[in-house]
Amino acid sequence: MAKVTVDGIEVEVPNGASVLQAAELAGKEIPRFCYHDRLSVAGNCRMCLVEVEKSPKPVASCAFPVADGMVVKTDSPMVRQARRSVMEFLLINHPLDCPICDQGGECDLQDQSMGYGMDSSRYRESKRAVKDKNLGPLVKTVMTRCIQCTRCVRFAAEIAGVPELGATARGESMEIGTYVERALSSELSGNLIDICPVGALTSKPYAFVARPWELKKIDGIDVFDAVGCNIRIDTRGPEVLRILPRLNEDVNEEWLGDKSRFSVDGLKRRRLDRPWVRKDGKLVEASWQEAFQAVADQIKGRDGARLGAIVGDLCDAESMLALKDLMTALGSANLDCRQDGARLEAGRRDFYLFNTTIAGIEDADAILIIGSNPRREAPVLNARIRKRWLAGGIPIAALGVPADLTYPVQWIGQSPKALTDLRRGTEGFAQAMREAKRPMIIVGQGALRRADGADVLAAAWALAVACGAMSPDWHGFNVLQLAAARVAALDLGFLPGAGGKDVATMLAGGVDVLWLLGADEVDAAAIDPKTFVVYQGHHGDRGAARADVVLPGAAYTEKDGTYVNTEGRVQRSEFAVFPPGDAREDWRILRAFAETLGHRLPYDDLLSLRERMASIAPVFGRVGDLPRRGAVDLTPPAGDPEAVTDAPFQPAVVNYYQTDPISRASATMAACSATYYPALAEAAE
Amino acid sequence: MVDSMTRSDRDGAEPADFTFDAESEDKIAAILEKYPSGRQASAVLPLLDLAQRQMKRQSGSAWVPRAAMDAIATRLQMPPIRVYEVATFYFMFNTKPVGKWHLQVCTTTPCWLRGSDAVVDTCKRVTGIRQFGETSADGLFTMTEVECLGACVNAPILQVNDDFYEDMDAATTEKLLEALRQNAPPPPGSMSGRQASAPAGGPITLTALEFPESATPSGGE
Repeated sequence: MAKVTVDGIEVEVPNGASVLQAAELAGKEIPRFCYHDRLSVAGNCRMCLVEVEKSPKPVASCAFPVADGMVVKTDSPMVRQARRSVMEFLLINHPLDCPICDQGGECDLQDQSMGYGMDSSRYRESKRAVKDKNLGPLVKTVMTRCIQCTRCVRFAAEIAGVPELGATARGESMEIGTYVERALSSELSGNLIDICPVGALTSKPYAFVARPWELKKIDGIDVFDAVGCNIRIDTRGPEVLRILPRLNEDVNEEWLGDKSRFSVDGLKRRRLDRPWVRKDGKLVEASWQEAFQAVADQIKGRDGARLGAIVGDLCDAESMLALKDLMTALGSANLDCRQDGARLEAGRRDFYLFNTTIAGIEDADAILIIGSNPRREAPVLNARIRKRWLAGGIPIAALGVPADLTYPVQWIGQSPKALTDLRRGTEGFAQAMREAKRPMIIVGQGALRRADGADVLAAAWALAVACGAMSPDWHGFNVLQLAAARVAALDLGFLPGAGGKDVATMLAGGVDVLWLLGADEVDAAAIDPKTFVVYQGHHGDRGAARADVVLPGAAYTEKDGTYVNTEGRVQRSEFAVFPPGDAREDWRILRAFAETLGHRLPYDDLLSLRERMASIAPVFGRVGDLPRRGAVDLTPPAGDPEAVTDAPFQPAVVNYYQTDPISRASATMAACSATYYPALAEAAE
Repeated sequence: MVDSMTRSDRDGAEPADFTFDAESEDKIAAILEKYPSGRQASAVLPLLDLAQRQMKRQSGSAWVPRAAMDAIATRLQMPPIRVYEVATFYFMFNTKPVGKWHLQVCTTTPCWLRGSDAVVDTCKRVTGIRQFGETSADGLFTMTEVECLGACVNAPILQVNDDFYEDMDAATTEKLLEALRQNAPPPPGSMSGRQASAPAGGPITLTALEFPESATPSGGE
């Protein structure tokens, strides 16, 4: 530890820390452009200059290591003069186009120029201009505004793992770009917009839409994958205009996947804004009363065993519980949340959770990925694996379809048969797993959506036990979920009860009335034509197209919702805007409908509903934080590890950009899909 | 100066692919040996130079096409953009085709004070090139402006391909260009006749081998 005095305040910082970090610890603000605490230090903007006693020149505090007894001044005349001069240099080639720049109002350059710069420029010569680059459908470039801090270059190379950006040429001709024009091939490219301290990289879909001071900012939870990224929902009036990540070190740090960020336009298209009832084979507009009546006519007097409900991937826990309570009141045990037919075992929580936790990845020392492509299934979680890989000394192997995961992976097989070899130690990677102190096994949905899914799960569990991934202080068995709603549904027991039917049976005519709560990933065409289908949800997608009655619900930005991420972390999203037209919050719809049938659900407001949730599954009582778990009970899941077949794994996500009703409705996501998966787009035509 | 680096600028000239020939391969093997494994990326500069020389042998124009940079990236296991960055940073690498004779005129202060403007003007007049970076209509000459070549004692300098022609003025420049046009480059060095950077009018010190008595080796008597 080193004792450093910053502006008269003494702080103690670890050896090797930078002067900037010491100053931050002392509560002193140091202006900066190129420095970012999650990226390597570049030290090229010179904005963070401070005065260090006995040093003749100001030093760049971000790149200057502390020494014991150092005396730092962050607000001396020398520092002020230095900052003013640096600012003047940076602004020499920066255009004065703030009034038409999207970064205006949230621009580091603008703010710091106000705070530390001069009131006028002495520069009279002509400014340079740089050609804009095309980085794809998400990131808009105005390269003349670039101050060459190289944050984007470092982000692409270090965090995103796609070293495609660089600084070409030099001096006045230096440009940031890809040299060969191409779209950035990263699922995290939207973060470049956040990380750019000026208006050089801005959001293409959001261009010229709003000013930051017009926006109301609401804390939300992302639902496009099961990571549960913390987001900020920016709204103006009745519209959600953009989604930004919110800092949560345990979940998403400060990153967000492109689908989660750029699907917002999907919230305004193909929306269900009024009830519809099918009459003579055609859906016609109806009132809530008519719609409720039409459903009630079908349900009243029918045997509970002929009623069924399936919940989708984006549902909040509240609505799923309300639906479960309704179905139970009607005497039905036909409930299921596994639209994709994944052979999840809900017996114990650690059979379906990402037990190591996302932050725990950083403590792992060997990783085996089974039937998953985390880059497409959970890009932010994949960035965490890459972060661990960058820290060094970790062998990573995978079973499944070989793909570029942004870190080197040893592909040791395409089918679960290799699990047997690994367990017996005949496969080369088994050695690495055994030697590791904290090995991790990640089972993806691609491994569970198969006839022998339960056996694969058991085989992975058996391997985890065999290689010492399970101990009282380390739980190395992980299931990577895909759906934001899935864990909450499993926690609430939204599964076939005693004698209940599962998804496949319900679709094949096992029920007469089928209630789909946002369930769009089931094969709607496979639903028996005689089944009466109620679709409750927010988008006119696959489910609504097949429905006999459509009940318009609220999307994730339009309700107070509870979500449980793949780690088992309970998080709350807040209401940001009203659902369009006659659409209502989902649990209220269900409660109102239950009342028309004469079943009063035992809650009148959100609070009592949440109390009931916590009484059914105590995990819902603990919001936000999540203790690290160890493996206590080693009783394996029900499958037979020896029964795995040699059928190759299939990818769970083929097109990252279009996986759910919201992203399928988004024009931005369609453009991404056409850019990044041209083969898929062609096949669809 | 280097132009904007988008591919469209070079369309048409870009070869579809690039493979190192046997002569280059021999040298690559020797170069890679110098670096420990995992550090091969250090060889990016010599490999870029080899690629440029191979292009000179094969096409008569010393430049590094993108295909060559990609080939180097693959060979050295580094992302292509890292090679592009290096290649565009150094003026010695030409990312566009150049003429057979690449005229690199130094215009930094010492050369400029000693008359580099005359050299530039003569180059323009004789070759028909209008500005830096251009190639003459006959494809023989490309003129670029370079920063200090480190031979200020013989300013001004005109570097042609790898060779320095020194002490240039308008007349010697014109003579040199005519010789190049005839494919008969004169020996490199000072064009004013002096030896290396010796005084222009001949030696003025140490002209006689007269040594004072005390300085002669005594022989240990």
